[in-house]
Amino acid sequence: MSQELTCITCPIGCRLVVERTASAGGGRDPEGELSVSGNRCPRGAAYAREELLAPKRTVTATCRALASQGSRASQGQGSARRIPVRTTAPFPKERVGELLAAIYALEEPLPVARGRVLIRDALGLGIDVIATRSLG
Amino acid sequence: MRELSFDAVVIGGGAAGMAAALELEARGHAVAIVEREERLGGILAQCVHNGFGLIEFDEELTGPEFAERFEEKVGARPIKVLCGCTVLSLEAEGQDKVVSCVSSAEGVIALRSRAVVLAMGCRERNRGNIRIPGSRPAGVYTAGLAQRLVNVEGYVPGKDVVIIGSGDIGLIMARRMSWIGCKVHAVVEILPYPSGLTRNIVQCLRDFGIPLYLSHLTTEIYGRDRVEGVEVAPIENGALMTAKAFRIPCDTVLLSVGLVPENELSRTAGVTINPMTSGPWADSSLMTSVSGVFACGNVLHVHDLVDFVVEESRRAGAFAAAWLAGARPGREVRVKAGSNVRYVAPARVEAGRDNKLYLRTMIVKNDALLEVKLDGKVLLSSKKNHVQPSEMITLKLGKAELAGAAELPDASIEISIL
Repeated sequence: MSQELTCITCPIGCRLVVERTASAGGGRDPEGELSVSGNRCPRGAAYAREELLAPKRTVTATCRALASQGSRASQGQGSARRIPVRTTAPFPKERVGELLAAIYALEEPLPVARGRVLIRDALGLGIDVIATRSLG
Repeated sequence: MRELSFDAVVIGGGAAGMAAALELEARGHAVAIVEREERLGGILAQCVHNGFGLIEFDEELTGPEFAERFEEKVGARPIKVLCGCTVLSLEAEGQDKVVSCVSSAEGVIALRSRAVVLAMGCRERNRGNIRIPGSRPAGVYTAGLAQRLVNVEGYVPGKDVVIIGSGDIGLIMARRMSWIGCKVHAVVEILPYPSGLTRNIVQCLRDFGIPLYLSHLTTEIYGRDRVEGVEVAPIENGALMTAKAFRIPCDTVLLSVGLVPENELSRTAGVTINPMTSGPWADSSLMTSVSGVFACGNVLHVHDLVDFVVEESRRAGAFAAAWLAGARPGREVRVKAGSNVRYVAPARVEAGRDNKLYLRTMIVKNDALLEVKLDGKVLLSSKKNHVQPSEMITLKLGKAELAGAAELPDASIEISIL
């Protein structure tokens, strides 16, 4: 079985062809079971392995801001309605949907400081969701 | 009318304006920043995605984080910041420049200074710029406007989306719209290759199974009150194949069809504009055709990384500070765009020092050669693993390379990509 990928480690964008060798059983042991070709440098092979075996994405989104009494936002001045957020590390791709649902369920009172943890240990995966801008 | 005096006034409080102002202040000059939004940061505030700061901070940040770090640096220095303040005009009065501006807090005020740094950024090309036929229904937005609505204001502009143009903002918005629960049906690109970064094609389109139609033109937008769909036709061997046109139903169209430096103010001040970049002609010190008026960041030419904007703007701030202290450029050599090069900024280098240039190619190529010629003689050639129009190329021309230029009268340098 072979699969094609475009390497995104650098702008060249090598077209990678990844073959899963016949001995591939449970797909747990990364080094032996995948053979990568088309990469111009070793980073391409590493990218292909990670992308096929454990793809991850940094998730950025916004959550709802609740204006506190007397804050600038509650008076409609430069009113912040959304707080930008991100994960503190790349997040397993297949669980991004669940993570986004958790972010959209947040209602954070203002003011908020950049870097404040809004979700600790998201989905039990050891990655936090933090605010990326101070508001309110 | 109240009047305030400074050594330098910076117009625009985004990444470029903040970087230039910090540099001027660090060199002992009294500086003001005029910003029309309520807060410093510029467009970065709505760019909530990551990928900023790898060069500047050696870590990957989101736009708001990058902006706030600079906002804190500005806040820690005695720099006068006028937010919510719109500039009405820029005029030269003898040796001085007068920036007239208005804000609800201050009313109409005049800022008098010897130097001005233009850092107004750029704006999006819109439907009128690319002339898409059809009716004029609601639901057609530029990608950056949609980005602001979604990320800052908290509005969802539509549910079923087609994106015209494959620029990075459009690609980033394809992912954002998908992540907020909308369906992105297609990205339509007139060119045979994507305008955005490969990384964004992979992570913003392929992750979501969004089709990318290369070499396709949007021939019509349908809908009376609201967008109902777009008609798209392939381009084969340069000919539009109307017989193969097809319709994609949607209620929202986002346009990601390029950025243009915002130079209305520069023009009224008499600054000469380079038609290739739509930004001011700049000399080796990033000074425009009006003495004492400098330009940096996206108002000078559109950059693809904020890290490059900051680097260039620091130099503009330093050059403006040197100019205020009486320094004037030495012997300058003209720089021309040669084969496969769209433009080089700035358009002049100074022979007696190191110069940094930014250029943009017109071609997509692996194993390309960057060649610098002085009056037809090769000064420098360097290999480039990969070039494409969406990736700005940086180039240093040092004293040593330019040594020969100093003796030649009316010498010119030509930069080509081969």
